[in-house]
Amino acid sequence: MRLATGGEIDREKPIAFRFDGKIYQGFAGDTLASALLANGVKLVGRGFKYHRPRGILSAGSEEPNALVELHTGAHREPNTRATMIELFDGLEARSQNRFPSLKFDFMAVNALLAPVFAAGFYYKTFMWPASFWEKLYEPLIRRAAGLGRASALPDPDVYEHATAFCDVLVIGAGPAGLAAAAAQAAQGKRVILADEQPPKPVADSIRYFPRTTVFGVYDGGTYGAVERLTDHLPAGQSGARQRLWRIVAKSSILASGAIERPLVFGNNDLPGVMLAGAVETYITRYAVAPGRRAVLFGNHDGIASTLSAMIAAKIPVAGLVDPRTAIAPALRDQALEAGIPIFAGAVIRRALGGLAVNAVEIRDRNGGITKIACDLVAMSGGWSPALHLTSHLDGKPVWDEAKAAFLPGGLPPGMSVVGAASGDGINENILPLWDVADPGAKAFVDFQNDVAATDITLAKQEGFIAVEHLKRYTTLGMATDQGKTANVNGLALMAQATGKSVPETGTTRFRPPYTPVAIGALAGPHRAKHFKPTRLTPTHEWAAAQGAVFVETGLWLRAQYFPQPGEDWQAATTREVNAVRGAVGICDVTTLGKIDIQGSDAAKFLDRVYANTFSTLPVGRARYGLMLREDGFVMDDGTTARLGESHYIMTTTTANAAKVFQHLEFCHQWLWPEKNVCFCSVTDQWVQFALAGPRSREVLRKIVDAPFDVSNEGFPYMAAGSPTICGATPARLFRLSFSGELAYEIAAPARYGNALAAALMEAGEEFGITPYGIEALAVMRVEKGHPAGAELNGQTTAHDLGMAKLLSRRKDFVGRALAARPALTDPQRPTLIGLKPVNPGERLRAGAHLLPQDVAPVAANDQGHVTSVAFSPTIGQWIGLALLQNGPARLGETIRVYDPIRNGDCLAEVVSPVFVDPAGERLHA
Amino acid sequence: MRIACPYCGDRGLAEFLYHGDATVTRPKDGGAVPSAAWIDYVYFRDNETGPHDELWYHSAGCHAWLVVTRDLRSHEILAVRLARDVALERAR
Repeated sequence: MRLATGGEIDREKPIAFRFDGKIYQGFAGDTLASALLANGVKLVGRGFKYHRPRGILSAGSEEPNALVELHTGAHREPNTRATMIELFDGLEARSQNRFPSLKFDFMAVNALLAPVFAAGFYYKTFMWPASFWEKLYEPLIRRAAGLGRASALPDPDVYEHATAFCDVLVIGAGPAGLAAAAAQAAQGKRVILADEQPPKPVADSIRYFPRTTVFGVYDGGTYGAVERLTDHLPAGQSGARQRLWRIVAKSSILASGAIERPLVFGNNDLPGVMLAGAVETYITRYAVAPGRRAVLFGNHDGIASTLSAMIAAKIPVAGLVDPRTAIAPALRDQALEAGIPIFAGAVIRRALGGLAVNAVEIRDRNGGITKIACDLVAMSGGWSPALHLTSHLDGKPVWDEAKAAFLPGGLPPGMSVVGAASGDGINENILPLWDVADPGAKAFVDFQNDVAATDITLAKQEGFIAVEHLKRYTTLGMATDQGKTANVNGLALMAQATGKSVPETGTTRFRPPYTPVAIGALAGPHRAKHFKPTRLTPTHEWAAAQGAVFVETGLWLRAQYFPQPGEDWQAATTREVNAVRGAVGICDVTTLGKIDIQGSDAAKFLDRVYANTFSTLPVGRARYGLMLREDGFVMDDGTTARLGESHYIMTTTTANAAKVFQHLEFCHQWLWPEKNVCFCSVTDQWVQFALAGPRSREVLRKIVDAPFDVSNEGFPYMAAGSPTICGATPARLFRLSFSGELAYEIAAPARYGNALAAALMEAGEEFGITPYGIEALAVMRVEKGHPAGAELNGQTTAHDLGMAKLLSRRKDFVGRALAARPALTDPQRPTLIGLKPVNPGERLRAGAHLLPQDVAPVAANDQGHVTSVAFSPTIGQWIGLALLQNGPARLGETIRVYDPIRNGDCLAEVVSPVFVDPAGERLHA
Repeated sequence: MRIACPYCGDRGLAEFLYHGDATVTRPKDGGAVPSAAWIDYVYFRDNETGPHDELWYHSAGCHAWLVVTRDLRSHEILAVRLARDVALERAR
């Protein structure tokens, strides 16, 4: 019922909204909760397990009951707290966990099964058979007991991340927070004031974040906060919905106030039973009378202000119930003056009613029962400081016996606490009352999880006494409210049951987040391509114009093959391979990592990071290099060329480019800082093409500017140089071959990527030049037995790859010592070989396992696996590379290639991994 | 967490990569033999408490390797030095 005057609402701005399909009216400045109460709506939800009717308990972010679903479609948001939703025009909210309607809920029969649903019921009731759990029990429980439904659609909203810096972060803009912020600003400090409520007037000298919840405290003075930018507006706003702030503060002042505790009496969950402070807030801030006839039940002096508010709002108060026999004069006189009956030394033993409270039964100090009609119970069991943030870095709250509350203990560095959050002014003359001990009706401790006082007794009986066990056994303190109103009552009841004190029983500590944070806000803009951006090679446009099919390799998009009309991938790949082996082809290899290495110690340094030797490499030559990890396994490989006495250019695999760069920096800065050498990643600065095939030199002649000599004698296999091309364009030229043919790699500044491709195609047209993709590249490397990602898998050694002879015996290098361990050089280790099916029609598949013939196909007989396969146009059948125990000694043997998952089972001959031109004659042509 | 990079100043954790224990030293015997000292260096780490030297890499910044002295109980960062300076100092 709306009061005629008062409040901070704007009566000039009426707002229409819907709840469960019915249209209501509120005002600007209302929350959904205050507007519902103003319309006399008390029933807003159903309990988690028993589906009992539930109303609005609080007026803040601690609300356990009034959870509603907002918006529709992809914007649907479950479990939003009606007490925190600012009313906007057209708001549509729906209640949760009820069927078919709030007033008539079939699942309310669960209440009759209450003994079954007691604490631990999942574990006891649904034990057997185990296979039923996933299929039957869990879906059943989830349907019957639960919270809202999440939208299964991708989140359409936009979220931002931002960082802010300040001298002082003030958390909470209540009276204590505002005063603290003003005082700090007056001293010239840069102050940020963050508050979860809507904006209020704040001085310009303070950077003010309204609608912002500081949800976590992290190391180094970093605080996490979520700013709700458009949640108070209809869905589908432009711009970001929420902004996740990292606030870096030299110090902080916590002014988060305190959270009121319910009293644990029978049927204390009936709609109309509310926290006293919430009743006061609804009256004073929203001009709403939450009931027409109230009873006030509390155990400390603080309830006087609620009494004043109710009297001022002319809400008839049918009784002041206080377990204390001596009530403070201020409170007593106020009640007497207003003619309110006082029940001192008494308690409400239970509330009565169906869908809402209609009476209470008061038990006086002599055990006499008085029944009073009322539709509102304002209760207060005292207040608990909202000290959650103080314990995020392991601070342990301390119990204050006089205040019957936990107060902040060890604080995060730089934090101080003011106001009610520090315990100031709360729980004056409190007489702790944890339970009214009425066996006749369910008395709830945790409203959100339907944990009743009897569940705590049960947990104690069954030995779940430790606070962490209590939580897990009863679910006390779980779910969206994390027990903000429940934890202290639960702990105190356990203390009572075990005859111990509260601190002896335990302390509740808290982790971030203080209130629920949307996953979208944590992800921020880092979604989809913003999370994993696409890297395009400098020849992407050219390749696309050639009709390339692209494939993602890491972040890169690379041309996989260039199909001509009517070709599938295999036909295109076969044509490309044949073109390279028969004439000439080009392939973009820009994505290989390129690291420029310079310095007077560059040669010595490379000797340390490569297993083989680079100091002996002449200027103008390149060499294959093998890099180990310090544990002796292969890390990466690539070719490194010496461009000058103290200048090398290293290539890495595409996948390991960043890792190798980091490794080089590690080796230099940490292991050998005395070496004069430095590095620069130039992967993005140079476009690089492989130009491969018997006619590649003829193409090259037309590209490279005179007088640079590209003849076999002038520029032999593994030569490296820096010619100019296409008329004075600086370039780098390497005579390297991954395909096994006469081949070159030619690099130019990346901006010439598309132009270089076009120039090579034009120069090669008369020789039948063909662009090829990484599929053909991969086929040719399998034909040549070059290891790649599937072989360089982090578990192979130089020995496994047939490269043991590369390990230098004359120098220290990373991985040298541990690579020499006997187990890593054991010939029985799976070692690289080639495989050729005995029946040429058979297809090999990577991942298939290798077994001797005539043994059972079981793991114990496993001798290795197929790492890479390809259909070889050159050999005319499927071929593979594999790691086979004692492989090189078994050439000629026939083994079984077993692949039960894909029904593969064939015999193959063990052969040399080099299928094409084993003598390497073509390389030197 | 914040790390004060000697080159870049006070920066957020997201810019850094943790690498491991900075108290271990690579044996200087050339590595011809996989001795116990090498096994120790590569595999064995003490589970320390209190202030501890760690290697971090400023991967999204200047690429400097850092020796960060961090209290493993509180995560408080007590000192940040360039790994290069620490390594040169140890070599002396």
